[in-house]
Amino acid sequence: MKIPVSITVNGKVYAHEVEARELLVYHLRDRLRLTGTHIGCDTSTCGACTVHIDNKAVKSCTVLAVQADGCDVTTIEGLSGDASHPLQVGFKEEHGLQCGFCTPGMIMTASDLLMRNPDPSEHEIREALEGNICRCTGYHNIVRAIQYAAKEFSTEVVGC
Amino acid sequence: MSYIGQSVKRTEDRRFTTGKGKYTDDIKLPGMTYAHIVRSEYAHARINSIDTSAALAAEGVVAVFTGDDVAHIRGVPCGWQVNFKDGTTMKEPAHPLLCAVGTTVKHVGDGVAMIIAESRAAARDAADLLVIDYEVFPAVVNGAEAIKDGAPLVHDEAPNNMAFDWAIGCSPEEINAAMDSAAHITTLDFVNQRMAPNAMEPRSALGNYDDAMDSYTLWTTSQNPHLTRLLLCAFVLGLPEHKVRVVAPDVGGGFGSKIFHYTEEALVIWASKAIGRPVKWTSTRTEAFLTDAHGRDHVTKAEMGFDTEGNVVGLRINTVANLGAYLSTFAPAVPTYLHGTLLQGLYTTPKIRIDLVGAFTHTTAVDAYRGAGRPEATYLLERLMDKAAIEMGKDPAQLRLQNFIPPFDGVTQPGYQTQVALQYDSGNYHAVLERGLEMVGYEAFRKEQAEARANGRYLGIGFSTYIEACGIAPSAVVGALGARAGLYESAQVRVQPTGKVSVYTGSHSHGQGHETTFAQVVADKLGIAMADVEIVHGDSDAVAFGMGTYGSRSLAVGGSAIIKSIEKVLEKGAKIAAHKLEANVDDLEYADGKWTVKGTDKSVGFGDVSLTAYVPHNYPAGLEPGLDFSSFYDPTNFTYPFGCHIAVVEVDVETGKVKLNRFIAVDDVGNVINPMIVDGQIHGGLAQGIGQALLEGVQYDETGNLTNASYMDYCMPRADDLPMFETDRTTTPCPHNPLGVKGAGEAGCIGSTPAVVNAVMDALTPFGVLDLEMPMTPQSVWRAIQSKTEGCSA
Ligand code: FES
Ligand code: FES
Repeated sequence: MKIPVSITVNGKVYAHEVEARELLVYHLRDRLRLTGTHIGCDTSTCGACTVHIDNKAVKSCTVLAVQADGCDVTTIEGLSGDASHPLQVGFKEEHGLQCGFCTPGMIMTASDLLMRNPDPSEHEIREALEGNICRCTGYHNIVRAIQYAAKEFSTEVVGC
Repeated sequence: MSYIGQSVKRTEDRRFTTGKGKYTDDIKLPGMTYAHIVRSEYAHARINSIDTSAALAAEGVVAVFTGDDVAHIRGVPCGWQVNFKDGTTMKEPAHPLLCAVGTTVKHVGDGVAMIIAESRAAARDAADLLVIDYEVFPAVVNGAEAIKDGAPLVHDEAPNNMAFDWAIGCSPEEINAAMDSAAHITTLDFVNQRMAPNAMEPRSALGNYDDAMDSYTLWTTSQNPHLTRLLLCAFVLGLPEHKVRVVAPDVGGGFGSKIFHYTEEALVIWASKAIGRPVKWTSTRTEAFLTDAHGRDHVTKAEMGFDTEGNVVGLRINTVANLGAYLSTFAPAVPTYLHGTLLQGLYTTPKIRIDLVGAFTHTTAVDAYRGAGRPEATYLLERLMDKAAIEMGKDPAQLRLQNFIPPFDGVTQPGYQTQVALQYDSGNYHAVLERGLEMVGYEAFRKEQAEARANGRYLGIGFSTYIEACGIAPSAVVGALGARAGLYESAQVRVQPTGKVSVYTGSHSHGQGHETTFAQVVADKLGIAMADVEIVHGDSDAVAFGMGTYGSRSLAVGGSAIIKSIEKVLEKGAKIAAHKLEANVDDLEYADGKWTVKGTDKSVGFGDVSLTAYVPHNYPAGLEPGLDFSSFYDPTNFTYPFGCHIAVVEVDVETGKVKLNRFIAVDDVGNVINPMIVDGQIHGGLAQGIGQALLEGVQYDETGNLTNASYMDYCMPRADDLPMFETDRTTTPCPHNPLGVKGAGEAGCIGSTPAVVNAVMDALTPFGVLDLEMPMTPQSVWRAIQSKTEGCSA
């Protein structure tokens, strides 16, 4: 049985019929073809699939598409198409990415952190990244990228 | 204008930070189907029957294939041959694409059937409808157990589960005499545990057969698409190579695991033709644990002999390397020619011998994982050094300095000939250790440590000084050692009529930043802007040939091939320029993107010459139009990066928790093109090496179940497990390649593991704990302390 859902993704309303078991991450990737959101595990432990639902970072592999019905979802594609968001700039300036696979999830998690805590300490950044795995960078430059963005945006609220 | 040596920000970042990267699983073709591989739940069992009828009848299922359907196809081959000591050929049992009825599965995760459906979910659902009758047998998972008499056999054709036995170094008599002469022998019995590579992007393969053109395209998560094409065409499916295109688009990390040719790549290509539609398979994380080739897994007894002064007089090693159930693409090379040949380390050890057995077990195949053999060699040497220092009452840094090979530049002084076949290119080993000692503040640390101990806090410092063999590899040398492929690299430099430059490299970037680093080199050598250079890689239709990226080879080998092509461009360009300037070629010099007649202001620019090459109206007689050159570069030697890693830890003796307070890495990777990218490579390697020391390790139970095949159970390093790293470099250029580069991809992973273990051992010295297996989890550290503490029991 298919269930109708209407989800606002990156400011655009998408209405579809979905299977009850369809995960939001597959809905985004396969149906809406927003492939910037990645899948790195089967156990909701890697954070590659992190998006924002109603302005909170959520692992989209733990959410059913039907649960997102009526919600406002932001994916990496919705952050800024031209890489101008301070986190996108920070990740480039501080070499916070290598293969780029974890990067969308890292950036969405970091943006959630900076919305809650615009001036996090190194320790707070590392704790906030607890749910995101990167195999390439050793996190050193990811921490610096987030520090860079925090500095850029120290007076404004970093959001999307 | 100079880009070389600058931390130029990466051009590739934009697409990744905006979610526009294109990884294999991101591709969706019209009419595409989804494959699910049904895998054995048993490590060792005979398949008595498979009933596919219910699965075939399920909604959305397009096809179900079993081993019988692909029995006519040869399995995936091994690319490196290591013979037994007596000269007989290694045992090389077939690795079928799927296990057929009547045959045995050989590890949990072995492929049994492929279900193809309209959706991912339908394919998975149908898997539950497959009825497979297995007859289960006892399994063996440990390499050292596998070679004992009576152990369950993995392959009937490999008695005692031996794939090969092998030795390198001096004769048994010589090593025994050297060890007999020693005043002190330090011994270590240890396991270098099995690691799962865990690139964050799971493997994926999409096959498409084009009936109209009778051609095939495979998109795959590969570090070397051309090699995959070669193996696929020549060895597995027997396809005409010119009709097969292999694309490795954006690839989300490899660390070795995506070098190898895997069964799923052949299956999707074959199935696409069979059903007439595109077929995509994407691994789950658990499948990745079960099927991506693992790394390490050595059981070793190591002995290092010293004279009364503390000089090393001999090194005697016995190792069993667990190769898993099948020989993966480069598996035989890893414990032998990438491990045994590195046992000289940085030391002047006069006599060395290793005897090694490669063993089959009922486990996932083991092959190259970041560092591949060299971390195992470094672990062994550097653990021995620190343990020996404690046993002999010497300072671990001094003991190393005393035994180091003296500096040599490889130009005015010859390379250093080791006892185990290699000739080091250039090195200054004292410099990296001395710099490390300075950075850590060694004397001050020892004082702090003593004070802390007096207050019941246990700090420790651990050293590791390593060397690796990179820039893989001189084809003739590796050919003589058993490689079944050449290991050169190719590069085409195509100057477009407007002076823009496209470079087609056989190297492949899956995080290393070639699109930036290579462009820096090209732009500098041609004196043009980086924005005018494009680096193309990863598509066999675009790039003529390539051997790919692994073994820290891209810049040393692939970069050198680019330099060769640039030289050809400049040589021909000079002829055109001379014609335009009405001068002699010998009177011209090239700088800043133009040819100038020496001593005059007469010049012509690169763009002008490029246009003339393609619009050759007024042109040198006899010269071909165009400005487009290809080159192959085959190195004359390996490159030998080296370095010193120092870990500072605090052990909480109440909980056994190890806190890594500082990590210092001084690496010498030769000349550096982009320091930012090199640092990034080092950081990532450090995290993986530290992960092995403290957190990670693949675990099998005795029935052959991989018990930690998910991120809930396998402990990956996370941000709060690691400190900010303190890195520095010395620079000893490689004397035998044009850029003087040595490679930086694996260094961090090679040096770091023993530094951390040594630091923990140093912290635990007051308890008399001299040895501990990795990963050093709080539980194992706590138990070790308890076992040595009077009145308590673990
Ligand atoms: S894919 Fe969602 S946490 Fe890993
Ligand atoms: S950049 Fe590759 S996993 Fe983080």
